[in-house]
Amino acid sequence: MQTLSIRLPDIPDVAPLGAYDEDLLAEIYRRMVLIRQFELKVNELFLGGIMPGTIHLSLGQEASVVGACLALEADDVITLTHRGHGQALAKGVRADALMAELFGKGTGCCRGKGGSLHVGDMSVGALPAIAIVGASSPIAAGMAFAFKRGKTGQVALNFFGEGTANKGDWHEALNLAAIWKLPVVFLCENNLYGVSTHITEVMAIDYVAERASAYGMPGGTIYGNDPIVVYEAVRTAAERARAGEGPALIECLTYRRGGHKRDDPGTYRPQEEVEAWFKTDPLPAFRERLLQDARFSVSEIEALDTAVATTIDAAVRFALASESPAVASALEHVYAD
Amino acid sequence: MLTRRSTAAQSSERELTVVQALREAVREEMRRDEQVFVLGEDIRIGGSFLFTLGLLDEFGPERVLNTPISEAGFVGLAIGAAIQGMRPIIDFQYGDFIFTAFDQIIQQCSKLRYMSGGQVRIPLVFQLPTGASGRGAQHANSVETVFYSIPGLKIVTPATPYDAKGLFKSAVRDNNPVLFCVHKHLYGSKGRQLARSSISRGHVPDEEYLTPLGKGDIKKRGSDITAVANGIMLHRTLNVAEALEHEGLSVEVVDPRSLVPFDTELVIDSVMRTSRLVVVEEGSERGGWGAQLAAEIAGQAIGYLDVPIRRVASPNVPIPFSPALESAVIPDETVIRSAILELMEY
Repeated sequence: MQTLSIRLPDIPDVAPLGAYDEDLLAEIYRRMVLIRQFELKVNELFLGGIMPGTIHLSLGQEASVVGACLALEADDVITLTHRGHGQALAKGVRADALMAELFGKGTGCCRGKGGSLHVGDMSVGALPAIAIVGASSPIAAGMAFAFKRGKTGQVALNFFGEGTANKGDWHEALNLAAIWKLPVVFLCENNLYGVSTHITEVMAIDYVAERASAYGMPGGTIYGNDPIVVYEAVRTAAERARAGEGPALIECLTYRRGGHKRDDPGTYRPQEEVEAWFKTDPLPAFRERLLQDARFSVSEIEALDTAVATTIDAAVRFALASESPAVASALEHVYAD
Repeated sequence: MLTRRSTAAQSSERELTVVQALREAVREEMRRDEQVFVLGEDIRIGGSFLFTLGLLDEFGPERVLNTPISEAGFVGLAIGAAIQGMRPIIDFQYGDFIFTAFDQIIQQCSKLRYMSGGQVRIPLVFQLPTGASGRGAQHANSVETVFYSIPGLKIVTPATPYDAKGLFKSAVRDNNPVLFCVHKHLYGSKGRQLARSSISRGHVPDEEYLTPLGKGDIKKRGSDITAVANGIMLHRTLNVAEALEHEGLSVEVVDPRSLVPFDTELVIDSVMRTSRLVVVEEGSERGGWGAQLAAEIAGQAIGYLDVPIRRVASPNVPIPFSPALESAVIPDETVIRSAILELMEY
């Protein structure tokens, strides 16, 4: 199929890790493992019929969200998508409060009123997720507007998928951000599919980032399964935004390891494409790179893995032991005082 | 007509139009709070109904933003700014254009606080010219009716300069999204000129005051029948009531001022005294706020009613252009008068 020739992964040479702080590298790895283990556990709980609702897993896309979030400052804010568990964990939302939210418990990060599609925690700069494609882009621009007006030095990062780049709200947001030079980074997780629809069916250009020039902002397409590549691109864009030079569009090429949601086996994807991308799994690749760095040993890496496993177990216990929200809370938080 | 004026202390007999009162309100709030800013299309030259006339000169382009024709974009932007502590006012040229931003208002603005378990608040005012005004169906929506069923939004429909100013100041200070719907014929502007004489003129005191959202106002006392009406329908109903007064019929006219929250108690109190209720609104009959009010009065106060509740509203059609057709569709004084007399003779 000729449409696939441009969609197989193009893996760039990896940068040496020596220039990066050991703690940063460990944190990149830890958060990627945290997301991977969290999502696998969620999948298991769903298939076991224990967890309610619906889920959109971010397995395979860990490098993009972790690289992006660790390139931001703690008080920068992100907007999340319907595939938001990984984005939330990458920005620092607690795993226990996130797990409790997926169970609809009162201890959840949104008191059980959001669920999987609306996770977030303002205290770590994660605006509870907006599950309507495209709608978060103008809102991210608006938060950036407030930062610029208040001269706070903060940046807003808007996560979205490649399917979003055909929505009007998204185009309007890019235009507004560009004309008012707002400190916002538009970050596309291009996993090639909007549910079952391949990008080549719905865009006559090869890359989302090509659209940046139409709005007068810099844009670039990068390999999204290397967290260091993403980290560098977002750092550059965020610094530029902080300096008052306006928004940028970064397109991270990545791939879902599963279907769109839990009842979707993803069989519409060509085998050749699936196999090629699965070989680019960001987690073992980054683990291998760490092990080649003299500062990391197998035992240190395994200790990180074990610590994450403990966190996930504790999160599940916390969620299961938590009470459902008080029924009266269904009528609360409609209006602010 | 003293009945249309506020009972507040009157230090002078200064009269303003609704749009002049609104401009005074927005200027006062912008001077008081640095976080208040205004954005919208063509507001550099005052917008469609002169709401923003002169604002740019006083507050500059950082706080008075002329936007692209990009309603979903700038509504979303205002939501984001509000989440981060600002207090945006969006000036819509016509309320009718709000539908291109439907998702941002219904799915985002009204729900983000709730879905987040109270983590965010969105203080945001939509300045929305509403209703029919001789411009054809796509510039004639009663926008308040469309949003009436959406939890999380507040809706205000002032009819007088005094109320417009006091309610607008309260809307800016409210910590929730407020749709501020002013009938296009009530601003007191004609094209790019202020109208010389207008039903929108009325007394506005020099002193600062606030009018709370959710409090209705009895615009004319009466004892025989209660007529609840808002926006331009309030003025038509008052004219009918005054004419009927000379004919020996005492009509109490209640202005709800806010549709959400709605001062149902005020209507119940009135109905307990009059035992008759007519509800007058401009929007289409189906699903209008009058239907909800009728249901609430039937549910809570039917024992006080001597006759059925009567609703006056537009038929369920788009608003036609032809002046002959538009005036046939929108409730006029003849229709309101007939409804009142029918109930009196029931």
